[in-house]
Amino acid sequence: MTPFKKLTSSAVPLPIEDVDTDQIIPARFLKAVTRDGFGENLFRDWRFDKDNQPKEDFVLNNPTYTGQILVAGANFGCGSSREHAAWAIGDFGFRVVVSSYFADIFSGNALNNGILPLVVSPTLLDEVFRTIEADPAAKFTVDLEAQTFKNETTGTVSTFNIDSYKKTCLINGYDDIDYLLSQSDLIEKFERERKDFSLT
Amino acid sequence: MAKTLFDKVWDAHVVTEIPGGNQVLYIDRHLIHEVTSPQAFNGLRRRGLPLLRKDRIVATADHNVPTIDQHLPIREPLGAKQVQMLTDNCKEFDVDLYGLGHPYQGIVHVIGPELGITRPGVTMVCGDSHTSTHGAFGAVAFGIGTSQVEQVMATQCLLLTKPKKMRINVEGDLARGVTAKDLILYVISQLGTGGGTGYFVEYAGSAVRALSMEGRMTVCNMSIEMGARGGLIAPDQTTFDYLAGREFSPRGQDWEAAVAYWKTLTTDADAHFDVEHTYRAEDITPMVTYGTNPGMGMGVKESIPVSSDIHGDASIQKAMKYMDLEAGKPLEQMPIDYVFIGSCTNSRIEDLRAVVGLIGDRKVADSVTAIVVPGSQQVSKQAIAEGLDKKLIAAGFQFREAGCSACLGMNEDKVPAGKYCVSTSNRNFEGRQGPGARTILASPLTAAAAAITGRVTDVRELLIEHV
Repeated sequence: MTPFKKLTSSAVPLPIEDVDTDQIIPARFLKAVTRDGFGENLFRDWRFDKDNQPKEDFVLNNPTYTGQILVAGANFGCGSSREHAAWAIGDFGFRVVVSSYFADIFSGNALNNGILPLVVSPTLLDEVFRTIEADPAAKFTVDLEAQTFKNETTGTVSTFNIDSYKKTCLINGYDDIDYLLSQSDLIEKFERERKDFSLT
Repeated sequence: MAKTLFDKVWDAHVVTEIPGGNQVLYIDRHLIHEVTSPQAFNGLRRRGLPLLRKDRIVATADHNVPTIDQHLPIREPLGAKQVQMLTDNCKEFDVDLYGLGHPYQGIVHVIGPELGITRPGVTMVCGDSHTSTHGAFGAVAFGIGTSQVEQVMATQCLLLTKPKKMRINVEGDLARGVTAKDLILYVISQLGTGGGTGYFVEYAGSAVRALSMEGRMTVCNMSIEMGARGGLIAPDQTTFDYLAGREFSPRGQDWEAAVAYWKTLTTDADAHFDVEHTYRAEDITPMVTYGTNPGMGMGVKESIPVSSDIHGDASIQKAMKYMDLEAGKPLEQMPIDYVFIGSCTNSRIEDLRAVVGLIGDRKVADSVTAIVVPGSQQVSKQAIAEGLDKKLIAAGFQFREAGCSACLGMNEDKVPAGKYCVSTSNRNFEGRQGPGARTILASPLTAAAAAITGRVTDVRELLIEHV
């Protein structure tokens, strides 16, 4: 996993609530057997029409908006557990998604792929959208070590929460699997000592 | 300390707690399918790791499979490759596979329960959000991403923060024509598509207790549609009767011991929930969705809301544009084009019986393409044994072979752009049933009623005629 520490970037606004993972990556593009190349089909049906021509009114087709931060409405990533959604977002080039809250499975999938799901208050989310609307080149700084999110235009600095274990993983590029493997003695002990009938 | 059912099952599986509050949770049962497993197997190979416990993992092919001519090779090359890769991976890692052609093949959340792989008190995962289905048995079951699939393959554990607890009580009796699907669509319409985020839900109350196992599975299946991590129902005699004699259910003394243990899996009287909601069964009518997430649902006699505290006006307007519907208007009597009866939500034998029971000697409207897709080979076999297939075909339905089918627009079964489909599946997201497809979620009864009339229909009116 690619480590993530600090980033200053402009941001791409997607002020839509309840963006589901079927929009992020439709099921017909889940047929690959590797983790690569999903960025091409990120938001496929919002980005392209039925003749595969870019839809001009969709933000990812507007060259005014660029950057490694995606800012989205509440409940981003709801629906299917497909990790392909996180792969598509990462492959497209985003390292941070900002929203007022994330669906649980998406949030875990993002963290397992070096993408930070950054939760801000609904008020701050509105402010971020307004800042980008006024100046599409507006910069934001995400500092994971300090757990701060700075709007470089307004100077507003807010702190965000992240699990201390997940923070360490992200900063160092560690996977959960490395940690779990380090616990194998305890896992074997647990298996030996279980008395639960339903396990037979 | 008083514990909820969820606490009892979860806490019994905690191997250790690590600094920061995460817990290492032991996983008893791991189901895999062809879409979310290939990258996990690749990960094992890349790291040179073995599959830790092959007796705790079962595979099937469901998402990509065609529902016509399953004995022939899959025509779509990428889907065929994915299914072949599952076969190859299961062979290499010695995983039990119920693939195409196997008598146990079917939708992963249909075969787990019917084979007795699912049972009370276990932890269960699958790279599929509708794994919440298995909570109907009092299991802690939830969907995971592919990185986590790999973690379970390698260590039989996951690193997780324990979710908060919600209880949803539905008290009273569901009226005739009102089903488990209407119950859960009603609950989701009250809480919204994100209302359960961060929670694990226990469903309780007399209306829930009265449900069959099939009905309970329908309810728990859709827990994810309000954002909940999972949903579960305390096991009782209904649960034990369903599991007795299943292929992998315990037998003899083991069965007696298991039931004795399962009977302890109830929420203690004074246990604490972070949130509790109570609804009256009599307030629930046959439900239909009008929008582009499962929270956008209403009683079939109601009009589409013009604005809503739950969804936000912008979301409703966006949904109306996609669905080509008008807020403030009813859906009842609107012509529809397709009916899909299937998916891990409603493709079990009881669902098929309900559809056949409603149809009687009526026919599918000429304007409607109606397909019934059994959830598994075993459901299909049972339906054929009962003659349901012949009755469905005589009425004008297509009776297909088992798979996920038109639920997700991944295999050949899709709804064309701009067409309306009354569907017993679980998601009405934009493009879910195919690019541009417009989905109206409903119960099998309401879907069958729409097939007959060619319109969105209050099924209670057909029931009265058909007494």
